[in-house]
Amino acid sequence: MEFDKEVDARNLNCPLPILRCKKGLSDMAAEQTLKIMATDPGSVKDFEAFCKQTGHELLQMDEADSVFTFYIKKHVSE
Amino acid sequence: MAKKLALIASKGSLDWAYPPFILASTAAALDYEVQIFFTFYGLTLLKKDVSDLKVSPLGNPAMPMPVPMPNLAQMLPGMESMATMMMKQKIANKGVASIETLREACLESGVKLIACQMTVDLFDFKPDDFIEGIEFGGAATFFEFAGASDVNLFI
Repeated sequence: MEFDKEVDARNLNCPLPILRCKKGLSDMAAEQTLKIMATDPGSVKDFEAFCKQTGHELLQMDEADSVFTFYIKKHVSE
Repeated sequence: MAKKLALIASKGSLDWAYPPFILASTAAALDYEVQIFFTFYGLTLLKKDVSDLKVSPLGNPAMPMPVPMPNLAQMLPGMESMATMMMKQKIANKGVASIETLREACLESGVKLIACQMTVDLFDFKPDDFIEGIEFGGAATFFEFAGASDVNLFI
């Protein structure tokens, strides 16, 4: 999957993956895609909740070798 | 309009330092407007140096210990330092953020940190003891924000 920026949040525990994601998105343009990797199993539910509450779109989630990879499209801000 | 989270942080041990800073930084990431009111022992969390926060197994039967230990033994000199060292080791090993990191994340994302003026006076703390960028206020200051908040928690 194509992406514009990559953030590595592996080996970090709650709430750091979410904080890194937020920071990563902050200087991106609307509609750009952020790829973020995490190993915290809780991040699966957390990223869903993050996107639901902030309006960013969770395009895809993959799991391989205990690494979760999320692709998040930045929403168009009002 | 942004949702609002109002927290009261009243405890100053290493373990209890986590909930307010985790919730506040996460809420800020979720675009909440956040204020934390630090009162009594919670004021310790606003000190410039928070590297000496401690956790005690004494009177805390739920704290996981490597070997079961009677409460009486937990008051022996050195037990608190040992428990604190073990906890810090675990925090580092499990990729859990340090309190400094979480506090920094709060400040960066615009979380407002308010020190309870009354307890600052009560404990003879000096404004200089605390990090930059905090405010001082009383109960009425807390309610001004908390009264219009979506989530209010006492920690």
